[in-house]
Amino acid sequence: MDGVGLATTVDWARYQFALTAMYHWIFVPITLGLSFLCAFFETLYVRSGKEEWKNTAKFWMKLFGINFAVGVATGIIMEFEFGTNWSNYSWMVGDIFGAPLAIEGIVAFFLEATFFAVMFFGWDRVSKGFHLFSTWMVAIGSNLSALWILVANGWMQYPAGMHFNPETVRYEMVNFWQVLFSPVAMAKFTHTTSTSFIVGSLFVISVSSWYLLRGKHKEMARKSILVASVFGLVATIYAGITGDESAYVNAKTQPMKLAAYEGYYKGETNPGIIALGIINRDKKPGDNQAAFAASVKIPGVLGLMAGRGFDKFVPGIDDLVYGNAEQKILSAADKISRGKEAIADLTAYKEAKKAGDEAAAQASLAKFTANQEFMGYGYLQKAEDTVPPVALTFYSFHIMVVLGIVFLILFIVFLRKAAKNTLMGSQVLLFVGFISFFLAMIASQAGWIVAEVGRQPWAIQDMLPVNVATTNIGAASVQTTFFLFLVIFTVLLIAEIGIMTKQINNGPKEV
Amino acid sequence: MIKNFCLTGIVRFYLDGFRRMTVGKTLWKLIIIKLIVMFAILKLFFFPNFLAENFHNDQQRADHVFQQLRDRQNPQ
Repeated sequence: MDGVGLATTVDWARYQFALTAMYHWIFVPITLGLSFLCAFFETLYVRSGKEEWKNTAKFWMKLFGINFAVGVATGIIMEFEFGTNWSNYSWMVGDIFGAPLAIEGIVAFFLEATFFAVMFFGWDRVSKGFHLFSTWMVAIGSNLSALWILVANGWMQYPAGMHFNPETVRYEMVNFWQVLFSPVAMAKFTHTTSTSFIVGSLFVISVSSWYLLRGKHKEMARKSILVASVFGLVATIYAGITGDESAYVNAKTQPMKLAAYEGYYKGETNPGIIALGIINRDKKPGDNQAAFAASVKIPGVLGLMAGRGFDKFVPGIDDLVYGNAEQKILSAADKISRGKEAIADLTAYKEAKKAGDEAAAQASLAKFTANQEFMGYGYLQKAEDTVPPVALTFYSFHIMVVLGIVFLILFIVFLRKAAKNTLMGSQVLLFVGFISFFLAMIASQAGWIVAEVGRQPWAIQDMLPVNVATTNIGAASVQTTFFLFLVIFTVLLIAEIGIMTKQINNGPKEV
Repeated sequence: MIKNFCLTGIVRFYLDGFRRMTVGKTLWKLIIIKLIVMFAILKLFFFPNFLAENFHNDQQRADHVFQQLRDRQNPQ
């Protein structure tokens, strides 16, 4: 297969994975957030004994169930793609990547499936306490399922607890706890779940605002907004803290990603942060052009965020590409050179083993081991290949952050208005509340674009670039399944919206 | 806990639950159609496991992946 054909296969495989992941991610954050809100509503019912809370809980559970049913198994398609489009990746890291995914399957089956049935079938058939326990277990189980997926993703961003076996050409797990408790995995889990709580809260606010705009189910809508605003407000504050921690971890483990989403080229001590900006599209690494056509900068904040201090040097894109001797940062060209040596030494090792020359094999292995950490760089053609798409990463990050601030204000306003029972006179606010869920979806998807586009060109950070991770297949077969998915996902999404809209129109059972 | 907690009680719990479903029946139909499309069509005809189908054992798979690692260093 020629280079152009291979590049096309990689591109289509990436488009397809992005399509399936983003479609799957429509359902997941609603499940993670709404499951806890259902538990809150039911807790209020059990504690107060009021039927109105029971009806509120049952209504939101119904919408939760629809979302869960339409979303279930959409993630499995990504596992199909690993075997077909990403077979080199699957072979090389399947030993590590497979373990958290297998645990996720077990957790999902036992915790969710068992208690899910009690949650939906068990009203009036099990005790109040056991039903409430089941609802809480669905919420906890759903979020624990997410933990294992995010551990797997976190490992791709920061490979820990493994070694490379040159015999099997596989990365093998040597320390499960390092994989589970890696700082990236923990930061991803806390930030992803907390932002999903925001999505769930805004889903409730959106539907409730729509009711209030139509003058329907007013008391249920007001009380739902009250609970969702409290949960959303706490989640937004927590998401701010976890987001800050994610940036700090990025600075340590993926400095290029941090530099890309900040549009930050020239490293400085105690740098400022770009609060808002328009990227200069002609800017290239290493040139002297300004990074932004226009920008608003806050001094000192990036240094504080990335280095937890005001005297820290934070490397920019240029430092990471071309090196910085003063800061002891190796250039990408040096890493590429050492990566190519590693590949050559691995080849020599395999050939010596095949020829039965053990002494030569061991000598090659020792040389390979010295440069092994740079092996992934050996597949890059030039230093600038280490830079992810800066504009897409920068804009996605800033859209996410700006919307996060909007949500914080929105939760405060909704909480105040709902507590004072003055929502009915606020048509503009209710309209904003109605569209807020769609904005939350944009913010949530933008967060994943930052995480995944920002780590390009890597499938596994520093170890395996995407152009080596793919299967040696033609682009046409990946294109075919891409459009097939597009049709199937569109049909499923229309089905979900149709069923969900019908149930929202039916509304809750009035007391 | 589930009233009449025993095997028949649990079976009846599930059967009654499925019988009483309203919107759930539509959702189950959707789930079943979706699973058939995914596993009986997509997985079977469009998503073969490349390494499992093209190689007989792990040694062959390892050799193939190593060859890929070697050859992709300098794409033409």
